[in-house]
Amino acid sequence: MRNVWLAILAGAIPALAQAPEISFDSAADFLKLPNNIYLGEVAGVAANSKGEIFVYTRTGHPTITIGTSRPFAHGGSRLFEFNKSGGFVREIGQDSYGFLVAQQVRVDPQDNVWVVDQMSNMVIKFDPNGQVALLLGRKAESERVPAAPLVPQAEAAAGGRGVAGAETPARGGRGGPPGAGAQSDIFNRPTDVAWDSAGDIYVADGLGNARVAKFDKNGKFVKSWGSRGSGPGQFNQVHGIAIDANNNVYVADAGNNRIQVFGGDGTFKTQFTGIGSPAAICITPGARQFLYSSNSNPPDNIDAGGEIYKLDLTGKIAGKFGKAGKLPKEFGTVNAISCRSENELLVGEIGNWRVQKLTLR
Amino acid sequence: MKRCLSPFMAALALLAAPALAQSKAKAQNVPEIPFDTVPNFLKLPPGLYMGEAMGVATNSKGHLFVFTRSANTRLFEFDQNGKYLREIGEGNYGFEFAHSVRVDPQDNIWVVDEGTNLVIKFNPAGKIVMVLGHRPEAVAGAVATNPPPPRQPAGKYTFGRPTDVGWDPQGDIFVSDGYVNNRVVKYDKNGRFLAQVGSETPGSGPEQLNLPHGLAVDAQGNVYVADRSNNRMQVYDNNLKFKASYDNIGTSWTVCVSPGPHQYLFTSNSNPNGNPPGSWENTGEIYKMELDGTILGKFGHAGKLPGGFQVVHMMDCRNPNEIIVAEIESWRVQKLLLKPPAEKPASAAAR
Repeated sequence: MRNVWLAILAGAIPALAQAPEISFDSAADFLKLPNNIYLGEVAGVAANSKGEIFVYTRTGHPTITIGTSRPFAHGGSRLFEFNKSGGFVREIGQDSYGFLVAQQVRVDPQDNVWVVDQMSNMVIKFDPNGQVALLLGRKAESERVPAAPLVPQAEAAAGGRGVAGAETPARGGRGGPPGAGAQSDIFNRPTDVAWDSAGDIYVADGLGNARVAKFDKNGKFVKSWGSRGSGPGQFNQVHGIAIDANNNVYVADAGNNRIQVFGGDGTFKTQFTGIGSPAAICITPGARQFLYSSNSNPPDNIDAGGEIYKLDLTGKIAGKFGKAGKLPKEFGTVNAISCRSENELLVGEIGNWRVQKLTLR
Repeated sequence: MKRCLSPFMAALALLAAPALAQSKAKAQNVPEIPFDTVPNFLKLPPGLYMGEAMGVATNSKGHLFVFTRSANTRLFEFDQNGKYLREIGEGNYGFEFAHSVRVDPQDNIWVVDEGTNLVIKFNPAGKIVMVLGHRPEAVAGAVATNPPPPRQPAGKYTFGRPTDVGWDPQGDIFVSDGYVNNRVVKYDKNGRFLAQVGSETPGSGPEQLNLPHGLAVDAQGNVYVADRSNNRMQVYDNNLKFKASYDNIGTSWTVCVSPGPHQYLFTSNSNPNGNPPGSWENTGEIYKMELDGTILGKFGHAGKLPGGFQVVHMMDCRNPNEIIVAEIESWRVQKLLLKPPAEKPASAAAR
């Protein structure tokens, strides 16, 4: 009862500190790996309808090899499947051409497994058997060494990681004007993927571009919206995307410290603030849906942030839990939340190279 | 004219100093400690090859952990007799360019990788249980280093080519960092930043460092830092405040402190990489010291065959009479059995 009152209070006063604490337990040692397989930075974690778990991790050796005059990029990420008890099942997409820098994995309602790779600029759909079923985007043929800056000048000025003054894309195969991105499946550091009830595909694109790109279920480009900025419908680091049962599109606009809500056609509806910088979001299924959003700490600082917020779909904060750190029940740059069940979450951490299974109380 | 020239000559001498090993201060008339090297100590299975042996450490059972740069950087475990047991961390995200391995009192295995800027803690079963630092993201690509990028302030939770790790009796963690930064950082046992000495900028003051290349912590929590490019060892207290400086041991590449009620300190004046002319005559020896800096003796010299040292990069001194050394340029780990020192200083000590 006390929690309910606190929740109502928190919703009325949208200040960060007002959100009630949700108590929780963690199984930080939940996934069991074979002796010769190690998780690296866990960029993505997702469960399918049977509770089987998919982890897309930055591991192994990101490699540039010498070709002719062009250096070629290989490897650096792997996709693993676990059963619902955390037992290792198999690897999917071994040595895939598109696995360079893991960014996200999501499972659609038909149990297809979708991965988003930030460096190959690809969204790859695997069917439940692990076969490649659909590709969006194309990996650059070669790398520039030394690398050109990652992000356009505008974002660099806004605090992006690139070097100011850059006007050329970092690698071949990237296109479009700075900010918005081309009207196509040419991505620039995409971050996430989601589907509406018709199966249309929405890609968060991303850290290099500043748009949401929409495709039909066959992968044909429909439209995209967004440009770099802080106004309604503008983005600064599109870090995640999720869609509710009414086909509203929730976009984690991390650099602007907000979640923007759109209709399926890109019409701006509202925005949620007071939740820090949303780096990972998810929406629970079922009749009454909730939204989780992580105010992830940056990888170079565990002394601030890190908490995860629970909101209803009107943006009211129901509570928050956790903080940055390295211990169990602490979070190291959460990059993915899987919330197939309202009170049982999987979180993937960049900083702590692990998946925690959280039980909220 | 002389007055004008002498500062210039002094500056020239300073510039030339790194190339002239004999100009580094060394104690004279140090007793020579005789030793034997165990022949063919580590036995690798067919198909496994050691590369540059960067790190070696033993656990409480005497098992050896060797962190080596082969085609990929790899971590091998051997039993106390040198028999190969297993590989740990194969293909993990943190292994690109080995630098150090140490085993803490609970037998956790910690590695320091200067290619990924990470310190990784494996539990005794070989599972990763903590990561310090953050690997630069591959999506950023290869960064130009010529000209070098401007020096960045050292972050609390990121490293610049870190070199070594140690712990005090409370489990607090000390990291020497390193080639890019020039500091030692202290974390609590849960990985939270507590303090540092030095900074991103190299220097030669008492609380400055210039390529801190290794460290060890004694039972009182004092920290001994191999301040390599300053040709000295710096001693700091548990809060990283300056205590002492030992500058009569050549170039301190790596240090270790033995356990037990009477702790000894070892430091290696390793021969420089590439064996420049003249270097074999006055580098390569390892010093055995009291914690207060008193030199008890020295052993070894530069050389390529077993018994000689080729750039000793790390030492294990869990048993102060059985020193295990990892060498960069001989791709080798040697176990050295020290004997009682000679009665009087050997003539070689004057070299």
